[in-house]
Amino acid sequence: MNQNTPTSSTSAAPASSSDEKIITISAMHKWFGDFHVLKNINLEVNRGERIVICGPSGSGKSTLIRCINRLEEHQQGTITVDGTELTHDLKNIEIVRSEVGMVFQQFNLFPHLTVLENVALAPIWVRKMPRTEAEESAMTYLERVKIPEQASKYPGQLSGGQQQRVAIARSLCMNPRIMLFDEPTSALDPEMIKEVLDVMIELAESGMTMLVVTHEMGFATAVAHRVIFMDEGEIIEQNSPVEFFENPKHDRTKLFLSQILHH
Amino acid sequence: MAQNRAIQDYAPGTHPDLPPPVRTTGVLGWLRKNLLSSPLNIALTLASLWLLWLIVPPALNWALTEAVWSADTRKECWALMSAPRDGACWAFILGSFKLLVYGWFPEPERWRVNLTFILFAVTIFGALRENIPGKKYWLMFAAAFPFIAAWLLLGGFGLTPVDTQKLGGILLTLVVAVTGISFSLPIGIALALGRRSKLPALRAVCVIFIEFIRGVPLITLLFVASTMLTYFLPPGSTFDLLMRVLIMVTLFASAYIAEVVRGGLQGLPAGQYEAADALGLTYWKAHRLIILPQALKISIPGIVNTFIGSFKDSVLVLIIGMMDILGLGRARLNDPDWLGLAPELYIFISLFFFISCFAMARYSLSLERKLQTDHKS
Repeated sequence: MNQNTPTSSTSAAPASSSDEKIITISAMHKWFGDFHVLKNINLEVNRGERIVICGPSGSGKSTLIRCINRLEEHQQGTITVDGTELTHDLKNIEIVRSEVGMVFQQFNLFPHLTVLENVALAPIWVRKMPRTEAEESAMTYLERVKIPEQASKYPGQLSGGQQQRVAIARSLCMNPRIMLFDEPTSALDPEMIKEVLDVMIELAESGMTMLVVTHEMGFATAVAHRVIFMDEGEIIEQNSPVEFFENPKHDRTKLFLSQILHH
Repeated sequence: MAQNRAIQDYAPGTHPDLPPPVRTTGVLGWLRKNLLSSPLNIALTLASLWLLWLIVPPALNWALTEAVWSADTRKECWALMSAPRDGACWAFILGSFKLLVYGWFPEPERWRVNLTFILFAVTIFGALRENIPGKKYWLMFAAAFPFIAAWLLLGGFGLTPVDTQKLGGILLTLVVAVTGISFSLPIGIALALGRRSKLPALRAVCVIFIEFIRGVPLITLLFVASTMLTYFLPPGSTFDLLMRVLIMVTLFASAYIAEVVRGGLQGLPAGQYEAADALGLTYWKAHRLIILPQALKISIPGIVNTFIGSFKDSVLVLIIGMMDILGLGRARLNDPDWLGLAPELYIFISLFFFISCFAMARYSLSLERKLQTDHKS
């Protein structure tokens, strides 16, 4: 296991999720021009479930979760998020995006706004909340990610770990039902990975539905209900973390695990 | 250059911060580093000092010491100096000052021009300063200013109408330049967004417009404005020449601004667009709150560059017979009273343009510095 095994206040067995399906992806295919990037994806996610998606680079994991909030379009199949199907209809896309939060590998904070303005922006302009109420809510989330004192600073003045936590607070401030994480710790220095993973674990324990693309297998073991392995656009294997790491079934899974679990 | 400082041994972790050696910092340090650092540099410094000695004192003597500030004709001017042409005859400029500033604007109505200039200065001050109270009202006033200025300068609704042919000199230069600059920015931004749009028809229209405008010289467009436009309009309708010129100058500048802004939009990391989308912001809200503030900030050097160019391009109206400051000044040169005082005139006009353009450049620099939020302080 890598050295950033995060701490978790609960035991190793994650609390079970509900049976209500919040994301349904059915026979989904996607092409980038001629390149068939996602092949026959079938996935169902329950409310409160936490899924870690792993795989070699180029396997389509980021593309998959970006299809869920329509940052990428799929050409075939259906994706339904919390009862709304994702089509070309802009209204549906807006509904889905307000229920799904996303945290990016490169943080993507808005550098010309302060931390507080970054977090409060969406509630003010999308949910039309009054400014004072939105800023109070933003401070609550900044306290939750443990950086309330940075509220009046600009993103450029923060460390990577702090920026990523602001990004998480920014997504949470919209009260999403689902949180997507696209390699949230891959751009961080090792000493900052733990602080971000701790925030993600606290979020997991509060019952959020999470889809996390990551290489942090300690995180998967601590909180994930399911680990999904993707390679070359297909879902090869999915299982509970314990089963996945101890009894991988496919050769490609075994090869991948041997490459990442070397220390 | 080693210093004879006793080298003390400090235990690890206890070394104090010491000041640097004296002769590498401060004024002496700057002189040594920049002017005297090598034999070549010393030679160049001495040569530059010698050149300055040759040029500056005679120039100041001509411009200030021997200059004549009040006279009625050139002959009188030169009579007042130790020898003709020994000094500058600024009396020429001061005597023609009203003409050079107001053109042929009727004398009794000139208070309207003065009021316009004052309101313009107030608008610039208010709209461009960052932290003043009631910013919203300043911006509303800035938006209303073009209409107020048009009313003040052209008349109607209670003020004596003034024919647009009567505008000249600095007044005309400022009208053409300021109109071109201020309207080209919003139009240019719209064109840039249109060119990046996913709608093919809109994109095609914007591309064709931008490339056509950039493909022809401004003078050509001004000739079109002064001669050909009447063929395209319904017969019998007249369209004021100044209005046509303003439209052409504005459209010309818009095309260049559009490309500068498009560069800024492309320079933004894709992640900014994605984060705005992921938060649920619509196209217009995302552009207004996230994309355009950052894109315009990156584009400030290019935008101000285009503005400065547009300001100076205003002299091209000379070609179609409109008398801006350069045109009027040259016409004055042909006055028999003041024949041959070209240096004084061109120095004055150059000073006018230099001060205006330099002010714009310095303002843009201060704006860039103020908006610099992305480095750790």
